[in-house]
Amino acid sequence: MSGKPSRTIRVDTLARVEGEGALHITLAGDRVTDVKLKIYEPPRFFEAFLRGRHFSEAPDITARICGICPIAYQMSAVHAMERALGIQIDPAVRLLRRLFYCGEWIESHTLHVFMLHAPDFLGYQDVIAMAGDHRAVVERALRLKKIGNRIVSLLGGREIHPISAAVGGFYKTPTKYQLRELVNDLEWALQVSLETVRWTAGLEFPDFEQDYEFVALRHPDEYPFNEGRLVSNRGLDIDAAEYEDHFVELHVKHSNSLHSVVRGRGSYLVGPLARFNLNFPQLPEVAQEAALQAGLRPPVKNPFRSIVVRAVELVFACVEALRVIREYEPPAVPRVEAPNRAGVGQAVTEAPRGLLYHRYALDVKGLIVAAKIVPPTSQNQKRIEDDLRDYAARLAAWPLEEATWKCEQAVRNYDPCISCATHFLKLVVEREETDGA
Amino acid sequence: MRIIGCGNRERSDDGAGVLVAERLREWGLEAETLTGEALALIEAWSGAHDVIVVDAVATGSPVGTVQVWEARPYLLPGRSSTSTHGFGVAEAIELARTLDRLPQRLRVYGIEGRQFELGSDVSPEVKRAVEEVARQIAVQAGKCRS
Repeated sequence: MSGKPSRTIRVDTLARVEGEGALHITLAGDRVTDVKLKIYEPPRFFEAFLRGRHFSEAPDITARICGICPIAYQMSAVHAMERALGIQIDPAVRLLRRLFYCGEWIESHTLHVFMLHAPDFLGYQDVIAMAGDHRAVVERALRLKKIGNRIVSLLGGREIHPISAAVGGFYKTPTKYQLRELVNDLEWALQVSLETVRWTAGLEFPDFEQDYEFVALRHPDEYPFNEGRLVSNRGLDIDAAEYEDHFVELHVKHSNSLHSVVRGRGSYLVGPLARFNLNFPQLPEVAQEAALQAGLRPPVKNPFRSIVVRAVELVFACVEALRVIREYEPPAVPRVEAPNRAGVGQAVTEAPRGLLYHRYALDVKGLIVAAKIVPPTSQNQKRIEDDLRDYAARLAAWPLEEATWKCEQAVRNYDPCISCATHFLKLVVEREETDGA
Repeated sequence: MRIIGCGNRERSDDGAGVLVAERLREWGLEAETLTGEALALIEAWSGAHDVIVVDAVATGSPVGTVQVWEARPYLLPGRSSTSTHGFGVAEAIELARTLDRLPQRLRVYGIEGRQFELGSDVSPEVKRAVEEVARQIAVQAGKCRS
């Protein structure tokens, strides 16, 4: 339109996201004309696969959706089923479930902070290159992740696709002695997590803030894992059962995945930033202090700072795990009986990447007649595109390679688990530029 | 010898490594199964001298082709693994090399897959390759029963 020639920036593969995706950004001069995050695979396979299965199978089946956050899938499934069946769980089981979640957050946040996101800030192609110069940091990360694995293995029965969580409790619960064996490791992990907050706070962050609608669980007394009201900074305050009244999934042409929006408003953000901003008072004091010293004061609106918030959540997970271990008394029975009955149950829990919603409808035999699963990455997908619409425009004058890297980094702010939302997402960032700029 | 089968049984041919591990267990051999996530993999071979990792690959070879790489002396061909995770087997090996955490001997058996969509259907060529790889590994472990 102004006689400027066009230019295209392409990144054929987005590395360091869980799964593979395709991102396509079109720029005309400094104006972003199009942003498309593409997901290719039909996302509803597991919902269809669950229909006709008994409710007791749902935790194991849904755990297989993602190798990185199986606990979140199990927890959303068991809570939704327990609501459908009207089951009350033992307080000791509730504690163990919080510990289970601590293990998963430690594993997942460690992987993302150190292995996937830190190389962006330090200017390395990947963590392999980073390890050459920052060996001690990577070694620490390996040990930290192993501690998360230990918790998950102990409670889940095995490290991947854990099988011990059940509707009504656990198939097997640990002894006090088994939990106490984790204490030394967790005390070490807490110190390393505090150090990680300081380390990540010293990274350089782009000057980029957005006016987000943050959505997270909120519990009056606890930083959220499994329970609480679903709240936002724009007045949302609902029970999980009302989720589908307030959030809708839209089909978009360029993706097989669905885009979630707040009805009548638009995109929203789930995950560490949302949890932190909406639940700061519920963080343990040591995590609050670490955050404030790192310059994090809610509301944090710069998505690049999510790496620091994840480190703060590592601190929380270690403190919480130690608390649970101190307070734990084994339940009288590992799980309460769950008799077959018809019903509908919804639950939301906080996967490392954000809200994970499950809804099930059961018939009188306890067989699943309907299942709906909305993963965090689907919920953040439109928000990622909205970030890029603004961010890419600011990069219009940057050299191609740097602009592309920056866009990839902006996607990684969300730790997108594309293998949850779907699989094999090739990330392709394209940019077209007009000439004469 | 430590044997690790990587992959996802819910992703068609991506489950090849896991199927090999399951077959070996049926024959009385110890074999672990992992998703292929790098840090868990490095942890899994920690302390072992002789390790075999089996994974599905997509290198453009005919489906069911089996390739074996000696990982210690040679770099793996880039991006050969079809792990669903951005940080998989190839990255685990290179990170371990940097951190001096590679076992003395590490062999990677790659089974060429065709389909990696959600579902449990495994290509017939991959099924045949799974049996062949399991037999080869069992022979090396001195426990072949076929």
